[in-house]
Amino acid sequence: MKVQCSNLTKKYYTKTAVDHINVTFSEGHIYALLGPNGSGKSTLMKMISGLTSPSDGEISFDGEKQTWRSKADVAYAPTESFFFNYMSIKDVGNYYEDFFEDFDREIFLKLLQEMALSEDLKIKNLSSGMLAKMKIAVTLSRRAKMILLDEPLNGIDLMSRDTIIKTIIGYAPENGCVVISSHMVEELEKTVDYAIFMRDGSIVFETDVEQLREKERKSIVDKYREIYSWEVA
Amino acid sequence: MEFKSNTPIYLQVIDDIKSRILAGEICPGEKLPSSRELALQYDINPNTAARIYTEMERMGLSYTKRGIGTFVAENPKAVDEMKEEAVEKVLGEFIQNMSNLGFDKETMIKELTEYLSK
Repeated sequence: MKVQCSNLTKKYYTKTAVDHINVTFSEGHIYALLGPNGSGKSTLMKMISGLTSPSDGEISFDGEKQTWRSKADVAYAPTESFFFNYMSIKDVGNYYEDFFEDFDREIFLKLLQEMALSEDLKIKNLSSGMLAKMKIAVTLSRRAKMILLDEPLNGIDLMSRDTIIKTIIGYAPENGCVVISSHMVEELEKTVDYAIFMRDGSIVFETDVEQLREKERKSIVDKYREIYSWEVA
Repeated sequence: MEFKSNTPIYLQVIDDIKSRILAGEICPGEKLPSSRELALQYDINPNTAARIYTEMERMGLSYTKRGIGTFVAENPKAVDEMKEEAVEKVLGEFIQNMSNLGFDKETMIKELTEYLSK
C-alpha cells in the first residue's frame, strides 16, 4: 500500500500546523517522523488517520482518495491515553474486537504475554510503562496496512522502551508500513529505515537511513543535531 | 550491539557475524536465523536484516536454500579470507599505534618477541 500526501495543509485559525506537505509512505518500511514539539508531526498523523480533515491538499491510498473505507486501513495510537479508566485490559481487547474488523485476538493475547501484561489488570492501575505497552499491543493487534504511533516511547523506562522497539520490529506488517513519531531520535536509529524531519509544519529533510550513513557518514542523530542545532530548546 | 554512526548498519552486522564465524561461535554450514529473527537479535530494521543476507551471499559468506533458509557457506576459502582480513586489520592497528609511539621496525619486533616469551 502506498499513502500519498499532496500539498497537505492544516490551519487552526491563524496558526498553520501543517504547511503544504508532500510525502509518500510505501509498504515494507518503518518511518521515523522527527522534529521538536509543535513541528506538525501529530497533526499530520491525525489527518492520515482521518481524525481531522485537511484545510487544503489531499491524501490518497493506492491512488484512491481518502474515504471512510480507507480509514479502516489505518491503526493510530495517539500520545494521550485513550482508554476508559474503569476498563480492564480484557475489556479493551473486547472493545477493539467490536470496533475493528482487522483486530486479531490471537496476536493480542500473544503480545500481552510477551509484554507481561495480565488481562485482568485495570487501566487505572497501570504504570505509564505498562500503559505504553498496552497501547502498542492493541494497535499492532490490528492487522492494518498503515500503523501510526505518536510518541510511543515518551516518558517511559528503558526496559519498556526496549520491549516496545522489539515488538515493533517483530510485528511490523510486511504488506504495510509503520510511522513512528518521536523526539527520542537515538531510540529509533536502528529500527527505522527512513527518516522524515519536520519543522514549523514543513518537511525540511528526508532520507534513507543507511544511505545517509553511506553517503554523508552520518547517523540520523548527527543529522538531527545539524538540522535543529540553532533552535532554542 | 552498539553501532557506529559513520558506517551503514548492515556492514557493521556483517562484520559482527564474520567475527562470530571466525571465533567458531557459528559454524560453516550452520543455518542462520530468518531475517525477521536476525532483525530482532540485533534490534534492527527488517529491511536492513534482509539486505545483510543478500550482501553476505554476494560476498560468498552464505547461501540460500529456497524455502528453507540461509546457511553459512561451507567453503573454507571464505573463512581463510576472513581470517586474513582480520589479521590484516589487527596487525595494521598494532603497527600504527606502535609507530605513533615512536617505535621502529626492529624495536617493534624486539618488543613483540620479548612480550610473547614472557
